[in-house]
Amino acid sequence: MHNFKLNSLRPGRFGFGEAIRDAARINDKIIGIGVDITKSVSMNLFADEFPDRFFSLGIAEQNAISVATGMALSGYIPVFSTYGVFASMRAADQIRISACYNKAHIIIGGAHAGISVGPDGATHQALEDIAVMRVLPNMTLLSPCDATQAYFATKAAIDQCNGPVYIRFGREPVPDFTSLDQDFKIGKAQILHEGNDIAIIATGHLVWPALEAANILKNEGISARIINLHSIKPIDNQTITKAAIDCGAILTAEEHQINGGMGSAVAEVVVKHYPVPMDFIGMEDSFGESGQAEELMNKYGLNSENIVFKAKELMKRKSK
Amino acid sequence: MKEALFLIKKAREIRKSVILSLNAAGSGHLGGSLGLADVFSVLYFHEMKHKPEQPDWLDRERLILSIGHVAPVLYATLAESGYFDKEELLTLRKLGTRLQGHPGRDHGLPGVELSAGSLGQGLGVAVGIALMDQHEKKDKRTFCIMGDGELQEGSVWEAAMSAGHYKLHNIIGIVDRNNVQIDGKTEDVMSLEPLADKWRSFGWHVLECNGNDVEELIQAFAHKSDEKPTLILAHTKMGCGIPEIENDYTWHGKAPNGEEMERFLGMLVKNR
Repeated sequence: MHNFKLNSLRPGRFGFGEAIRDAARINDKIIGIGVDITKSVSMNLFADEFPDRFFSLGIAEQNAISVATGMALSGYIPVFSTYGVFASMRAADQIRISACYNKAHIIIGGAHAGISVGPDGATHQALEDIAVMRVLPNMTLLSPCDATQAYFATKAAIDQCNGPVYIRFGREPVPDFTSLDQDFKIGKAQILHEGNDIAIIATGHLVWPALEAANILKNEGISARIINLHSIKPIDNQTITKAAIDCGAILTAEEHQINGGMGSAVAEVVVKHYPVPMDFIGMEDSFGESGQAEELMNKYGLNSENIVFKAKELMKRKSK
Repeated sequence: MKEALFLIKKAREIRKSVILSLNAAGSGHLGGSLGLADVFSVLYFHEMKHKPEQPDWLDRERLILSIGHVAPVLYATLAESGYFDKEELLTLRKLGTRLQGHPGRDHGLPGVELSAGSLGQGLGVAVGIALMDQHEKKDKRTFCIMGDGELQEGSVWEAAMSAGHYKLHNIIGIVDRNNVQIDGKTEDVMSLEPLADKWRSFGWHVLECNGNDVEELIQAFAHKSDEKPTLILAHTKMGCGIPEIENDYTWHGKAPNGEEMERFLGMLVKNR
């Protein structure tokens, strides 16, 4: 059984906002950029404490990225956050050329990620941002699994990087269970539960359901290795390859399109180093829709029941 | 007057380098590069505080070149200023060169402030630099050269709005108003006029001048606003300096062959 304690339910954005504020207390080069939803993305924590370092730029994401690049070229670390759909795609060309090609150290908070944004519906559910961000040269792409980890991921983005970083986190309160003294290393996956029958690699909101699935599988005599892939780029080749060798099958789970997502990134590693049967849980080439977060997660199979089902199906394909 | 003669001479040297490097490259943007030679001469040899021997000098004034396709005039000017040897201009656009088709900082050419070439992004970057200078209460300016066709990109106006909002009087935008773009005249492709009024309505102080007259350019820079961002509508001739191709937009994205190069270089000497 996994021994993670569910401390509380918290949204990932809280961890992001607290990390920016705390980092700013010791680093006067951190600058905040607002694009009209400052409180929704928890940047108000920074803005209230450091009003002279907070710049409102209005609903203009393209300009926000170019301005952030200019700030970075002047030696600052600007932080910008809005809905993941707009952060990643409205400003995609600015991110590619202004931010990535110039290796500008800017922090892009892809907030309200995934279908769990809920009632707002398809327009506001970021389900393609991993695919778009992970293809860009010089980009670092992080996808923490809870609010506490969002805090450490954000700190790492500031301290461990020199170029642009996209951090993906959700709006809804989700189980907060990772350690308050965790050592967050960019490019290093976390093994949260040991097992050798199958590896389940999850990211973001699907990590907790994967741990629940491990418990269910354990009761059925199946030991599942649960890996939290919080760092999608750079990716942890070693941990993924070892999982393929040790377990012989890999199931991935993410709140994102299967096409081009975290699972695709894992598959690229597995196919190159040690091909084993794989399956993917995620959105199957469709937009989301309105509904409560939990209803939507269940409808689209982004839950522990589906992870258990797919894991058992996948194990049938393992070579004996 | 003596200063003007010096700047005219520098502009002629820049034009010469542009023609030589584009001929060596076999492709590139001649028209706009020639049209901007006077602006670059005035910026680098009169207006901007910069140190070619110390390209990363923190207090330097920067030129953000938003229209990366006129890279040849930037490279020619940087070489003329002493950032690197002029011989290197002949590597333009070739494999392994520091002189990329559109400027790329990654390739290590000293004096290149921004990797750019996707239109509509430079002014926003300039706003970011100017905001931080304002934040640090630094007394320096940031210059941004835009094309007139580029102004059809919506992101330019997002940036213009933000510069106006923050009253960034330390920004000087320069629009290369040559009235032509690849498909033809700007007013036929997508009309920009009334252009000065557009910038004014976004909170900018607008000046107009002949962008191929160094004395008018000096005057324009001297009349920047101390309260608002300043926009200089620099009326230029694409291909300026070579009468045979002036205002001919087919020379927007073309390089001269050997015979054309000799003819154009001869015209440069004759004219000035």
